[in-house]
Amino acid sequence: MSAPLVLSSLCVVTALGAGQAENWKAIRDGRSALGPCTFDSLPIAAYTGAVPTLDDAPLPRDWAAFDCRNNRLAELALQQDGFEDAVAQARARYGAARIGLFTGTSTSGILQTEQAYREIEASGALPPDFDYDRTHNTYALGRFVRARLGLAGPSFTISTACAATAKVFAAAARMIEAGFCDAAVVGGADTFCATTLFGFHALGVMAEGPCRPFDVERRGISIGEAAGFALLERAELSRAPDALMVLGTGESSDAYHMSSPDPEGRGATAAMRAALDQARLDPWQIDYVNLHGTATMVGDEAEDRAVSSIFGPDVPRSSSKGFTGHTLGAAGIVGAAFGALAIRHGFLPGSPHTRTLDPTFASGHVLEGRVARVDRVMCNAFGFGGVNCSLILGRAA
Amino acid sequence: MTRVYVEGVGLRGPGLDGWEASRPILTGLSPYEARPILVPTASLLPPNERRRAPPIVKLALAVGAEAFAPAARQPAGTPAIFASSGGDGETIDAILRTLAGTERDLSPTRFHNSVHNVAAGYWSIATGARTPSTSLCAHDGSFAAGLIEAGAQLKAGASAVVLIAYDLPYPGPLAAARLIAEPFGVAFVLAASSAGNTIGQMDIELSPAAGPITKAYPAELEPLRCSVPAARCLPLLAALAIGRPAYVALDYLDDLALRLTITAGGVG
Repeated sequence: MSAPLVLSSLCVVTALGAGQAENWKAIRDGRSALGPCTFDSLPIAAYTGAVPTLDDAPLPRDWAAFDCRNNRLAELALQQDGFEDAVAQARARYGAARIGLFTGTSTSGILQTEQAYREIEASGALPPDFDYDRTHNTYALGRFVRARLGLAGPSFTISTACAATAKVFAAAARMIEAGFCDAAVVGGADTFCATTLFGFHALGVMAEGPCRPFDVERRGISIGEAAGFALLERAELSRAPDALMVLGTGESSDAYHMSSPDPEGRGATAAMRAALDQARLDPWQIDYVNLHGTATMVGDEAEDRAVSSIFGPDVPRSSSKGFTGHTLGAAGIVGAAFGALAIRHGFLPGSPHTRTLDPTFASGHVLEGRVARVDRVMCNAFGFGGVNCSLILGRAA
Repeated sequence: MTRVYVEGVGLRGPGLDGWEASRPILTGLSPYEARPILVPTASLLPPNERRRAPPIVKLALAVGAEAFAPAARQPAGTPAIFASSGGDGETIDAILRTLAGTERDLSPTRFHNSVHNVAAGYWSIATGARTPSTSLCAHDGSFAAGLIEAGAQLKAGASAVVLIAYDLPYPGPLAAARLIAEPFGVAFVLAASSAGNTIGQMDIELSPAAGPITKAYPAELEPLRCSVPAARCLPLLAALAIGRPAYVALDYLDDLALRLTITAGGVG
């Protein structure tokens, strides 16, 4: 179906740093950003990947009604990597009404409502300054970014748990193909809140200490926060030289369980195959797989099996969760950023905190980053509800 | 312009007990009475999942199943689009109350039921659908957003999709912060090409929100349209029920509306 799109600008913030350069430096040095959780008082010694500056970075006064941790992180991302300028140029070229905005998040600004519930007034009402529409609502992120970037095209926020900001790429490709817009901004943000911290703890899938993806001693996830956005344009309309392309996307559902992946990895396999089909690529043409790899017992095993069933045991693969933590709804755009950096810098990212690879897993896992030619990358993002999405990024053929 | 064909409709709202039962109301033949919503048992779900499923899931599954009843398609082979302004309000209110207390132990089931895509997850389990699903939100414009996504999926190669849109009121303090007056769910099985069983066709276009938005018909339904995001589709339902060519503008974003040119009845 959809023709490849040019990824003409990309901005990202993770716990590793703000902007591509800081993230790349940490990837090259193998430096993890995980540390003990100080955001809330969990009953276990959980680690998180925090973006440290958000507490002291309220939105500018014009945007105060949108002020919440999630929109602050989105704002910080928009300021990186020349992204605002790239969008301004696109706006001039296409017109604001012809640029779509497809954002993803899992919990949007629910932290604001958590705080409001602690301040419920004697009348039973939430505090008067609480603004549900611009903070908590799932579309609050889209509403903020659309206004902030001056866009006037179609927009919605996808909330498919941890696959959200991968699926926005697929949605944008379809919307451009269908003619609802000529270009699109995609991406999203997820930030800490008690709902996810206590929720993942309740599920028994949160690790003590840092997460160790694919390690024989992996004990669960570390939560991180992140935001990122990409500008996507039709190949024939974009003027970016040597541009990175979105070559294909693939989506599927597990039809298995609300919060556990199918141990056979059938849904994951289907998503990866669909992405290869759409990109018209054979598995051997993929140089690196950025794994979803959240360091749960079942999830890592299912994904390793699914990846090997398509690519064989040797294709280089790693999860970025040991660097950034699992950034939940932002995991898709973080995976895309890691993939883009791997291609740009010719480098296979390692997997900090993974000490001993589970001996039942394939040989292709990259534990220490290394230089390599990387032309095409597959990025996986899987979420609650059994929702799977794979992206293929690469240089133009 | 994107053309889609309607093969089936599901509908549950206050006084709207299914598509067929509601057609006389939507054509103005029978009076509208705002009775509490009746949501049938989620027969798609196995009994243990039925117990765990929150109210929003039961509503979404009920209208989804109804929309497939006349369609010569199986849910298992049909990509699904879920549109709502939020997830399950009851679940979210319960989590927020727990987190505001001193004992902050969450129930794991409640946590996985709190995600926006909860209905999509249960739908996939219930129908065995391994086809893609998406769950999206555009606040009050969520229905229109879902319909655009449905049109885009059909134009990009899907032969059919199901669009399921639903909203439930928040209980507790959030009810005052976010108006969703009534539970309302609607579903459409939509196809890329016309088959013998087509209820109607519609051409979907975005347009600047300069002109007026179409009001609900009959007028007694207008308060429902204005107070539930999923019910923003009521003018479309009326056009399909009445069966005459119609031009409908649906609420989407502050500066964008969705314009539908509808030809109801069997179309070639």
